Amino acid sequence: MSETFQLDGAAVPFEPGQTVMQAALAAGHYIPHLCYHPEFKPHGSCKLCTVKLNGRTTASCTLPAEAGLNIESNIEELNALRRTLVQMLFAEGNHFCPSCEKSGNCVLQALGYDLEVHATGFRHLYPDRPLDASHPDILLDFNRCVLCELCVRASSEVDGKNVFALSGRGITKHLIVNSASGLLKDTDIALTDKAMEVCPVGVILKKRVGFSQPIGARRYDQRPISAQALDDAPRQVDASGNCKTCEDAS
Amino acid sequence: MLPDNDTQFDASGQAWLDQLTARHRNDASRLLQILREMQERFGHIPQDAISRLAERLGIPRARIESVASFYSFLHLKPQGEYRVLFSDNITDRMLGNQALLEQMCQLLWLQPGKVSEDGLVSINTTSCTGMCDQGPALLINGRAITRLSHQRVQEIAQLIRNRTPMSDWPADFFHVGDNIRRGGLLLDNKLAYGEVLHTALAAGAQSIIDTVKASGLRGRGGAGFPTGLKWESCRKAQGSDHYVVCNADEGEPGTFKDRVLLTRQADLVFEGMTLCALAVGAKQGFLYLRGEYRYLLEPLRAVLQRRRDSNLLGESILGKSGFDFDIDIHLGAGAYICGEESALIESLEGKRGVPRNRPPFPVTHGYMQQPTAVDNVETFCQAALAVQMGADKYRAIGTEKSSGSKLISVSGDCAYPGIYEYPFGVSIREILQDCGAVNTRAVQVSGPSGVCVPESEFGRKLGFEDLPTAGAFMVFDDSRDLFEVARNFVHFFAHESCGFCTPCRVGTSMLKQTMDKIANGHGTQYDLNEVENLDRVLQTSSHCGLGRTACNPVLHTLKHFRPAYENKLKSLMFSPAFDLDGSLARARQMTGRDDAGAHLKETE
Amino acid sequence: MSKKLRVATTSLAGCFGCHMSFLDIDERLLALLDLVEFDRSPINDIKHCGPCDIGIIEGGVCNAENVHVLHEFRKNCKILIAIGACAINGGLPAQRNHLDLGSCLTEVYLTEPGLAHGHIPNDPELPLPLDKVHPLHEVVKIDYFIPGCPPSGDAIWKFLTDLIAGKTPELGHGLIKYD
Repeated sequence: MSETFQLDGAAVPFEPGQTVMQAALAAGHYIPHLCYHPEFKPHGSCKLCTVKLNGRTTASCTLPAEAGLNIESNIEELNALRRTLVQMLFAEGNHFCPSCEKSGNCVLQALGYDLEVHATGFRHLYPDRPLDASHPDILLDFNRCVLCELCVRASSEVDGKNVFALSGRGITKHLIVNSASGLLKDTDIALTDKAMEVCPVGVILKKRVGFSQPIGARRYDQRPISAQALDDAPRQVDASGNCKTCEDAS
Repeated sequence: MLPDNDTQFDASGQAWLDQLTARHRNDASRLLQILREMQERFGHIPQDAISRLAERLGIPRARIESVASFYSFLHLKPQGEYRVLFSDNITDRMLGNQALLEQMCQLLWLQPGKVSEDGLVSINTTSCTGMCDQGPALLINGRAITRLSHQRVQEIAQLIRNRTPMSDWPADFFHVGDNIRRGGLLLDNKLAYGEVLHTALAAGAQSIIDTVKASGLRGRGGAGFPTGLKWESCRKAQGSDHYVVCNADEGEPGTFKDRVLLTRQADLVFEGMTLCALAVGAKQGFLYLRGEYRYLLEPLRAVLQRRRDSNLLGESILGKSGFDFDIDIHLGAGAYICGEESALIESLEGKRGVPRNRPPFPVTHGYMQQPTAVDNVETFCQAALAVQMGADKYRAIGTEKSSGSKLISVSGDCAYPGIYEYPFGVSIREILQDCGAVNTRAVQVSGPSGVCVPESEFGRKLGFEDLPTAGAFMVFDDSRDLFEVARNFVHFFAHESCGFCTPCRVGTSMLKQTMDKIANGHGTQYDLNEVENLDRVLQTSSHCGLGRTACNPVLHTLKHFRPAYENKLKSLMFSPAFDLDGSLARARQMTGRDDAGAHLKETE
Repeated sequence: MSKKLRVATTSLAGCFGCHMSFLDIDERLLALLDLVEFDRSPINDIKHCGPCDIGIIEGGVCNAENVHVLHEFRKNCKILIAIGACAINGGLPAQRNHLDLGSCLTEVYLTEPGLAHGHIPNDPELPLPLDKVHPLHEVVKIDYFIPGCPPSGDAIWKFLTDLIAGKTPELGHGLIKYD
């Protein structure tokens, strides 16, 4: 019998070394998140997964699970905070969903839907972020970058390549690629790279395959992200030693 | 994406770079130090040099750009031969730095933020350079110049125009005064070099920790963690190596006491670090010195060398076999966030100064993931004093929960700005009397991230019981607009946000926009609501203390000086942040129209 | 029966797609007409707006006339709703925000061959363009937003019926869309 912590009144079992986010998802409890990805080391930058622990607020993706923790997540105070964070990300970049081929499969957009974000609310910053269309097969549209560093992490941790990095500081922080020209065509990126798969928004795109899924058949047309994220999460192995997600994937 | 026509990185530049990297053992953890030296040599970091450096260090060039672009004092594009940065703290503003900046721009024919067409000079602003008691101040090619006046600006412009090498500039320009106005336990100590170490060696490591714990000493950098407890945890933590780090990244605007300690009490600082090394079992120490204090590097290195020569550093210190410890100085390069201990450690490792996720804490996983004790400059001095005096005597000074003395950096509207040492428990009113402040409206205690104290609360006392402080004490008299004070601080935080987490990266920027909107006369009640909403988001969800305290200046001034905001509000109706009529100007220009229909009123 | 709510609608820098979607509520339009009556709207061609309970605006603010109309709506409507991507974030017209207005006008009227006889139109009858396109909420206070490009008829119906019933409108999965 593993130990548990409390999440919104439910007992959540965890394995030693798991974070609150990992244990919660594995046990079928959704906590909104954007920069967290089950295959990578938690990063803790988007703050969408902020939860309340003994009156203090903290990111749950980096919070080590401990027996007896009493955590609140699905409360209006935190959902209001998450709404504002989503609005901030929309206002910071140039997100024009109607012309984005990631629309319907975009995590930021799906979070906005799930949290009932009707508008950005803030003054848009309209930053100037030129595209990089130099690569024959890949387009980079920096306008939509949310600085989650998933591509940075995937390229270095999985692909062993370091194609992506972040440059600048504060509001001027932005994604760069690893080449003297500053262009993607001069990097060693390949279509088969993990970094090609992980972008939660519409920055890293394969050319000539956009809009292939009809509206209605896209990922978050069918299920809200709160349900989809649980389907995607690595689940606890059940008593018979089977892991549902692993079977579905194979 | 930074094409430039670099001619400077020629064969001799490359040979120099190869030597430089060899001196740093081609070690990528030395990246920031290497980049800083490249910046000094080339005036910026040339693109070709980045490629070469990437090869030598065996790291991707994107990582080098990533690190270089994080620090304000490193430039990826060519700057002027003379790079002028005006310190832009509120205290510099109160002393007229804006007029001086304008004057210099006029004299040298350029706009702030731009490089002159002949490449001679670039002029910009920078966060507080720690010269608040002798401002307005600026940095030229990293060297601090204080006590600016219109005459001095004129002389500087002349020297720049004549391309006079900075080594030939009047020495008086670079004079940095200590301005010690009131001494005490620390500033008046008469300890001989090594005296504390003799005492400590006789007592032994555990006894040092016991004494520091019993002394009640708490960190002087602001957070006030019990020092003895930190040392004990570090000592107990498992690791192949233990490290001691002195945080001299004194970036909190209005603070300059560490500068004076490193000028006047460098031996005591190093003695405290060595003491800590003995206590925690460290062989290597680092002093992380903010880039603004670059001029202290050579004098401090000389002190370290003298201490090595006297067997107070190095192997078998004071003849005690196995007691080996040395100290290396790392320079920062213009990033306030590196004052946060885990960001400082990242920076020490040659990375972007982004605060780490905690836990684990530096005492168990610090520099190179090894147990590391990070303490403030003043803390190391106080620890040395506590060990020398004994816990009881030390504890008798100050108050129950705040033992010992505290250095206060006084600046702003007062007759005698400078350094004051007081036992903890001193009241704000007492300090104001001592520094000759009259008609005081408010005091900003502990810098922008601290507390704005109005006149009605001048009876409050400095100490962990009431007003903890890292030492900044900025005085504002009744001629000052506290809204403008808060707006200056909000700009500071937006500039210094590392950009890691959403709330701080975007929130500080939005807060800055909204404060500017109010300042420009476009503010309404809705904007005050927005300020309060942003404050809540920053406070509850930011990754580190920078974001969590970035709204303090606004919260505190809104609480005590709300009319300073309200009297700038346009009306209770919503008003756009931009000038509606002004946004038709381009179209008027293009069409040549100026009829009534070619203009707009803000509300109708 | 209580008094009918008065509703005004207009399109600023938009494509009337949101209005088309509004008509997509189909036969429910009749049910709506039991609850509301229309003031200024393309539906009835009334040119100016009088005092209203609800104003619904599609399109962003791209020229001086848009500003006048928006101010008229704000002055007259107790509740002002921004509908669609353009009203909410500038949408397609805002894609010009990265370009200098002067170069846009030069390109369209001077450089490219066209019908303008080589001059930039300067008739006082024409509204002057703003240097940037703004979402409505950057110019006046907006009370509610119905996202979508356009929002579906169902989304508009749900939103308005919630609002008329005095409920804080919620769209929920399937109805809330940004595209």
